[in-house]
Amino acid sequence: MSVDKDTVRRVARLARLAFPEERLEPMAKELNTILAWVEQLNEVDTSKVEPMTSVVTMSLKMRDDVVTDGARAEAVVQNAPLGEDNYFAVPKVVE
Amino acid sequence: MTFVTTRTDTGPLLDGATGKWEVVIGMEVHAQVLSKAKLFSGASAEFGAEPNAHVSFVDAAMPGMLPVINRYCVEQAVRTGLGLKAKINKRSTFDRKNYFYPDLPAGYQISQYKDPVVGEGVVIVDMPGGKSIPVGIERLHLEQDAGKSLHDQHPDESYVDLNRAGVALMEIVSKPDLRSSEEAAAYLKKLRAIVRYLGTCDGNMDEGSMRADVNVSVRKPGGPLGTRCEIKNVNSMRFVAAAVEYEARRQIDIIEGGGTIKQETRLFDSKKGETRSMRSKEEAHDYRYFPDPDLLPLEFDDAFVARVKASLPELPDDKKERFVRDFGLSPYDAGVLIAERESADFFEQVAKGRDAKLAANWVINELFGRLNKEDKSIAESPVSAAALGSIVSMISDNTISGKIAKDVFEIAWTEGGDPAAIVEKRGLKQVTDMGAIETAVDKVIAANPQKVEQAKAKPSMAGWFVGQVMKETGGKANPQAVNELVMKKLGL
Repeated sequence: MSVDKDTVRRVARLARLAFPEERLEPMAKELNTILAWVEQLNEVDTSKVEPMTSVVTMSLKMRDDVVTDGARAEAVVQNAPLGEDNYFAVPKVVE
Repeated sequence: MTFVTTRTDTGPLLDGATGKWEVVIGMEVHAQVLSKAKLFSGASAEFGAEPNAHVSFVDAAMPGMLPVINRYCVEQAVRTGLGLKAKINKRSTFDRKNYFYPDLPAGYQISQYKDPVVGEGVVIVDMPGGKSIPVGIERLHLEQDAGKSLHDQHPDESYVDLNRAGVALMEIVSKPDLRSSEEAAAYLKKLRAIVRYLGTCDGNMDEGSMRADVNVSVRKPGGPLGTRCEIKNVNSMRFVAAAVEYEARRQIDIIEGGGTIKQETRLFDSKKGETRSMRSKEEAHDYRYFPDPDLLPLEFDDAFVARVKASLPELPDDKKERFVRDFGLSPYDAGVLIAERESADFFEQVAKGRDAKLAANWVINELFGRLNKEDKSIAESPVSAAALGSIVSMISDNTISGKIAKDVFEIAWTEGGDPAAIVEKRGLKQVTDMGAIETAVDKVIAANPQKVEQAKAKPSMAGWFVGQVMKETGGKANPQAVNELVMKKLGL
């Protein structure tokens, strides 16, 4: 598997990373080096190994349907750079 | 994802300049799970609180917070799956759906992509005219709702409220088995009835508890499927029908004009009644799903499914069948009564121990008619089931005539009160005293000798005499008794 300049541009855009045009080609090279390194794992035959879903052998923990949290709007918005009346405020986004 | 239709018949067709067109529709319905707490946090799922009051640090995606699943939400999804006669998957997994939006603080939505909790099922959609269409269900999966953005509070800022963020949703995906705007609206209506019967979603479309994404494409009858467009967030049955009508026509016009349909996400503008492109969504389609490392697979056993199954209420289709079988109602009347669980319960109270067909007539024609006219729900009816039952009883035992019953209903509706007391107090009891009726008949005959001659030549004139006698007795005479007496006296 390898990536080209266009893929890097698209992935950067999806991840909201600002990437200058001249950095795309070098980044593609870097990523390809990493991908090639990881691909070495393909040399191991895993055809008889169950896919691992967790490093611990336990089942999904569940909670009861009880309200145990909330009612602390001030704490929730405390670190927001902008806000009013316990709303978060963000630059206007309209469809 | 491309789904295969299970529909084998050809649906209703639309006319185009180059011939007939078939519309192919599939729907994704988001139904909010009825639960006290959210899917992965202990914050309240209740609608309408102060901004960010129903938010835990998990919902706000604070670093280090971990999701723990709500058992009851899983049960609700399984219950819904059983109501859709669907395959229940005892093992399913959660994935992250990645995209950036201000009301999605984690930058991803926890959803189920590859292995949903519920697989294939079917919904029977009843169309006016008696046709029943089986609509295939592709899957149902659990996922989180996002928060809400308000755009009208500030000139250049949007305000974000995370109260909805993390509330459990069921996304119910149909196969592309619908063929017209009417079928699409009827499907949504039936789905809403099912989840409301099950108590898994309140179906409140105004509050957004249920909303639909509608996939529309057109093709020549029997031809290959066309390219589809997805219309997002349509929030009423009427809008679903309007959106499909508009979108199908738009696509037919483009193809017949020599163009091609571009697969895209569109928005329905309910004010203008049209759909338009949502350009911002175009490049967001790459959601880069991957298994959520914070959550283990969701697993349960047969005993869990059996326990949920044992708690299922009577579903709309079964209730309809029972109303037809036990009460002798027509399938149409039964269908009207079962559309809402509250209506069905109301009817059963009215019909209990009484003439069920008469009860159905009164509930459907008088009560529903009046409720519709005044835009009231059955819960707001000023006439209770017991009161309407009392009216039905009085008609059945000839205490009042059907005509007087309508007056009694009117009084009970506008002024309230017990119908039996109304009849008693206002002297509305049907006159069954044959002597009094005979006096009235004699009086009318004596006053109209000419009409008597006419009636002898033309027996259908007898009806006029019956009408006059009813008038004479203030509508209280038993019409059947009057009829018999008039025929006898006129020698017909």
